Amino acid sequence: MQFKVLDLGLIEFKAAWQIQKEVFKDIKNSRLKSALILCQHYPVITLGRQADKKNILLSENELEAKGIEIYEIERGGDVTYHGPGQITAYPIFNLNYLKKDIHLFLRQLEKVVIDLLSDFGIMGLRYPGLTGVWIGKQKLASIGIAIKNWITFHGLSINIKQGDLDNFRFIRPCGMDIEMTALEKILNANTDINDLKKLLIHKFRDTFPISAVGGSAFGGGSRNVPRLAQETSLV
Amino acid sequence: MTKVVLPELGEGIDKATVSYWYFQEGEKVNEKDDLVELTTDKATFNLPSPCPGTVLEIFFHEGDTVNVGETLAIIEEEQ
Repeated sequence: MQFKVLDLGLIEFKAAWQIQKEVFKDIKNSRLKSALILCQHYPVITLGRQADKKNILLSENELEAKGIEIYEIERGGDVTYHGPGQITAYPIFNLNYLKKDIHLFLRQLEKVVIDLLSDFGIMGLRYPGLTGVWIGKQKLASIGIAIKNWITFHGLSINIKQGDLDNFRFIRPCGMDIEMTALEKILNANTDINDLKKLLIHKFRDTFPISAVGGSAFGGGSRNVPRLAQETSLV
Repeated sequence: MTKVVLPELGEGIDKATVSYWYFQEGEKVNEKDDLVELTTDKATFNLPSPCPGTVLEIFFHEGDTVNVGETLAIIEEEQ
């Protein structure tokens, strides 16, 4: 599937949320087929539709003092944290061009992360009922999406830098007592976020190839996809 | 009168939970207005109104589980 890539760099959650909505409108009005927004966020906690505020363990004032914003948003899922050491990806994909299957799309997002990890020799895991990507019993990537008119928005975040993991202690991620991990913690080495973003774009293209009508969440994608997708950087 | 039915949402998905009604009984809606939001797994999705009219009756409320094929609401079409 053809999608435009927008790399917003480090951006406040609210600004990226607004851009998601604008891109969504362009897709709904057939001005654009689909888009993949990539960014990093300043520290922010978001609450999905299934969120229980008790899963935020500090008061709003305490979070404000730490420079962490809070937003209630329309995605599925409970509470999560985003920070500059994560890659956050918002696939604004028109499932009318793929397959109208909500769970398949969630599994495909997991596959994108699992494929990225496999390039580092790391085995990412899925657990039924625990959407996201796990390394053993620790969670590396969180997923929460919304769909209107079969166009998706919101998406996934992958923990890259260890520094951000500290801020997860202010919440119960996804409403559970789980430990989060990060790619650099597993590798015990530094990585380059921009290089990882490029790799992630490739994994999205593999999972959602231009010729895709439906696609698989489990099998390997084509490695020889023509690179017709446009790439635009707003940075 | 037009029924608002929970459509097929994908393989193996037989139900969803109502998470938000954009309209209440008695309110007027336009065709394609977001009518109700439902949740399955880590996804929310919106059902639009199938026609312009008035929301006559809502059968499932926020927090209720709905099976695919069940009627969520009835819209009395505009004459």
